[in-house]
Amino acid sequence: MRGKIITISSGKGGVGKTTTTANLGLGLAALGYRVICIDADIGLRNLDVILGLENRIVYDIVNVIEGRTTLRRALVRDKRFPEHLRLLPAAQTRNKEAISEEDMERVAYEAAEMADFVLIDSPAGIEHGFRYAVRPADRVLIVTNPEVSAVRDADRVIGLLEAYGRAEPSLIVNRIKPELVRRNEMLDPASIVDLLAIDLIGIVPEDRSVLSASNRGQPVVLDKRSSAGQAYRNISRRLVGEKVPFMDLRGPSFLQRLFGGA
Amino acid sequence: MRNFFRRRRKSEKEVAAQRLRLVLAHDRANIEPGMLEVLKDEIIAVISKHLEIDAAQVKIEFSEDEAETRLVADIPLKTARRRRR
Repeated sequence: MRGKIITISSGKGGVGKTTTTANLGLGLAALGYRVICIDADIGLRNLDVILGLENRIVYDIVNVIEGRTTLRRALVRDKRFPEHLRLLPAAQTRNKEAISEEDMERVAYEAAEMADFVLIDSPAGIEHGFRYAVRPADRVLIVTNPEVSAVRDADRVIGLLEAYGRAEPSLIVNRIKPELVRRNEMLDPASIVDLLAIDLIGIVPEDRSVLSASNRGQPVVLDKRSSAGQAYRNISRRLVGEKVPFMDLRGPSFLQRLFGGA
Repeated sequence: MRNFFRRRRKSEKEVAAQRLRLVLAHDRANIEPGMLEVLKDEIIAVISKHLEIDAAQVKIEFSEDEAETRLVADIPLKTARRRRR
């Protein structure tokens, strides 16, 4: 059976698409699913460094599309879950025009024959790179931040997906600061969901360990004590169909501080 | 709801949500906010041909609920107001 293709998109850059892709890839791999992450951000590749796999790259997606190597040989095995997680890196010295929507579709479908999940990390923007990234997707996850600009761009992406006749995307609200939400100083996930009128699949709290995770190439989903990590583990389980209640965002209680997340 | 919020200083969350609501309404309807002003002037000109209206009090804005976005025009008539007094 062909695996499910999920594209992670946002419109606005810097909201956490790549971090989300890396964490969900690892989260699904940790649950025992076979995952292939595709970095579709040609020319600005980063999924490799977030996953800590930058030193193992030999071939990239453009090499595969141009027939210089096979998909199987281009895939980089993860250090932590070598049997479950593999990365197809973006090309760094080419640009987005190097691949067409059909090329991406062909590669993603081939990857889906070898995995339970194919996660595509979309480039920011709504141009060619975005279009080829969502083209093969069975499902689209939209990452946004609790900021006016990020939510507005998410709305544009939702509108475009609708115009392409795609299934309704799901929303991940990233970098929520529970304390600011509690003081009514930040847009809360409920207001954002209300404005965008789409399904919510995850709320990821702001967490300092995300920065240190990206410094080390060890995504937070691996950190049992990180609240963001817990949020990504929850989203991973929701992606495979489990019903997981949303984390309590009224701020960490004493016990949660001690043990790291709900 | 809106009147209720006006009575006290809006929280940052409310300011952000309100700005977003307006920006999204314009984005989704594909009309620049300045265009609404132009539209308003044109509506006033057309209606003034037939009715005496209070041009300074005319309001044209988007109203949103889950189901749809509407363009709502609030156009007070001068005659109507006199009668009320």
